[in-house]
Amino acid sequence: MITTLDKMRSGEKVTVRNILGGHDLRRRLGSLGIHPDDELEVIRSGFFGGPLLVRIHGVEIGLGKGMAEKIEVEPEAGP
Amino acid sequence: MRIALVGQPNCGKSTLFNSVSGYKTAVSNFPGTTIEFVSSRVRLGGREFELVDLPGIYSLSAPDTEERVARDYLFDNRPDVVVNIMDASVLSRSLELTLELLGTGIPLVVCLNMVDEALRKGISIDMDRLAEETGVPVVPTVAVRGKGVAELFEKALEIGGRAGTGRTIPLSLDVEKVIGELEPSASPAAEKLGVPPRLLSVMLLEEDEQFVEAVAKNYPDLEERSAALRARISERHGRPADMVISSERHGLAMNLFERVARVKPRERITLVEQIDHYVMGPFSGYIFLAAVLLVFFISVFNVGKHLEEPLLEWFEGFIIHLSGRLDASSLLFTVTNGLIQGFSGGIGIVLPYLIPFIIGLALLEDVGYLPRAAFLMDSIMHRVGLHGKSIIPFVLSYGCNVPAIMAVRVMERRRDRFVTSVLSTMVPCAARTTIIFALVAFYLGPVTAGLLYVLNILVIAIAGSLLTRVMPEISPGMIIEIPAYRLPSLRSIAAKLWFRLREFIVIAWPFLIVGSVVLSLLDYFHLSGRINGFLAPFTSGLLGLPPEVGITLIFGILRKELTLIMLVQALGTSDFSVVMSQEQLLVFTVFTLFYVPCLATLGMLRSVAGISGMFFTLIVNTAIGAVAALGVRAFFMLV
Repeated sequence: MITTLDKMRSGEKVTVRNILGGHDLRRRLGSLGIHPDDELEVIRSGFFGGPLLVRIHGVEIGLGKGMAEKIEVEPEAGP
Repeated sequence: MRIALVGQPNCGKSTLFNSVSGYKTAVSNFPGTTIEFVSSRVRLGGREFELVDLPGIYSLSAPDTEERVARDYLFDNRPDVVVNIMDASVLSRSLELTLELLGTGIPLVVCLNMVDEALRKGISIDMDRLAEETGVPVVPTVAVRGKGVAELFEKALEIGGRAGTGRTIPLSLDVEKVIGELEPSASPAAEKLGVPPRLLSVMLLEEDEQFVEAVAKNYPDLEERSAALRARISERHGRPADMVISSERHGLAMNLFERVARVKPRERITLVEQIDHYVMGPFSGYIFLAAVLLVFFISVFNVGKHLEEPLLEWFEGFIIHLSGRLDASSLLFTVTNGLIQGFSGGIGIVLPYLIPFIIGLALLEDVGYLPRAAFLMDSIMHRVGLHGKSIIPFVLSYGCNVPAIMAVRVMERRRDRFVTSVLSTMVPCAARTTIIFALVAFYLGPVTAGLLYVLNILVIAIAGSLLTRVMPEISPGMIIEIPAYRLPSLRSIAAKLWFRLREFIVIAWPFLIVGSVVLSLLDYFHLSGRINGFLAPFTSGLLGLPPEVGITLIFGILRKELTLIMLVQALGTSDFSVVMSQEQLLVFTVFTLFYVPCLATLGMLRSVAGISGMFFTLIVNTAIGAVAALGVRAFFMLV
């Protein structure tokens, strides 16, 4: 099931599937280490329409809601 | 010998730089931009060299202005050595930049900083293996404690100027095939641009804006070929070519990481993580943020006040003493008085607040709290067309605008820096707060005064939304790295203090002093009356204030505190209600709240936002002040 990152809740682990954006966006996310097939963990989901906090490759990154909406992810299956 | 420091943000680069840079540190702008880099002549172990600290960049191929500018520096000014410094605990991502740097052909030394942090996270790195795989020396350091720093630069000096030994780690077979096809055609262009052919080829295949533009102009065939090859890659992989290449490089970095590092699995949630849970939580986070800001603000304010009073007293005493010695009506006295006012303004008013502010900010910065604050404030700030990072200059403005404008530098985009500078000058600094208290709270009651603060925030919010309409945000949203907490180091804070202070002394202070002398001269030549008359149509006609107020407003440009002092002098009494009605008091206060920022702030604005930025702020603020004051007047007329 593919959805976007902004819909994820705290504690969920997902795999990035695609970046819904242009060149610029891919680069910005890429340079911070977010690429398709990367696994990331949602530490804090967006509250009050605010930013998300995720952990990827051992680094914590804050993403604005607008950004999170453009990152397609697949939640990790399992309990 | 020139050594350049290149690294991703939060890797301890500045700490490393500060730990060796001498007093001959210079801040320069990249030509044609307001982005700065720092350089210094360093003497270490008997050798002397120039050290350049480039802005933190995540990648050589990301589109941010700072990245581009740092990259240009590397290609145009080819340093003799690049020290690639990285946070060893974030090795996997850091290696991506390393791989890109290897592609430039410039001699490279890899510096694994914060190795203690990495060990604590359970990451152990085989440095010999890393050196082997990359082909360049690897030196571990703990910059904040000065460990390994001497060895690092020794190594850098050793390999500087020689041919680069870095290995090129190949991408996937078919991508390499495409690169191989493009390289020969790219050679001539590459030579012209001063980069290795392979690097140019990869950049073109990644559709790098700057390189594509540079090539399209003079080598249109090359661009055509690149376009065709890009299409081929994307057909083959079902994704745009730049995505393919960047993903592969990412994969390479991951693989390299896995080959050279061993990670112990995390057992349980650390104490630090638990703390962060509250610091960043949806409710606790904001409470904590408010608490931090309050403590910060109160501390700065208190320390400042305690330093300010005795200092100003001393200066006052000095002037009195001077007027006893010199003929008070002489020109010499006037000029000297002006000079002293300018000096005392800097020492007595700005510095007492500036110093604790810089220390406090450096502390927050080094501990790692600032990005967390920005994260929390982001959604609120966006409604005003700004970033979470703007919260810092804003809050600081309640103390003094000068350091607040300095703090504006934490934002990466010029547009954000500009909007934040303009808006934060509208926040009432301590001086303006005294005016609010002395004129409004005293004569109209604390509730009205409180309402003024609310009105102020509303006006700023509206101005912010308007500005955003005119200067729309280019970035779709925030991406910010939240670094690990670190223990602040005295050395780093001292270095930052010295740095920022020097900036104020060299830039803003002269403004203050010159302005001071000019105003003293105005007084001497009895031009105050003339000026009042000149401003009367505005002060009296438009705002309905007594015309004597005119010269007060002029002095207020020099220092906001002077507004009050001069008002007493102008009106001939310190009981303002005798000469001014409640309405007039309110109108006056509202106007002084918003109009022209003080000279020191203007000086700082010029440095951060350029002369045009300074004038823009000047005009906009005064206009808003006039409109707001008129609004108040109109309100009174209707009620």
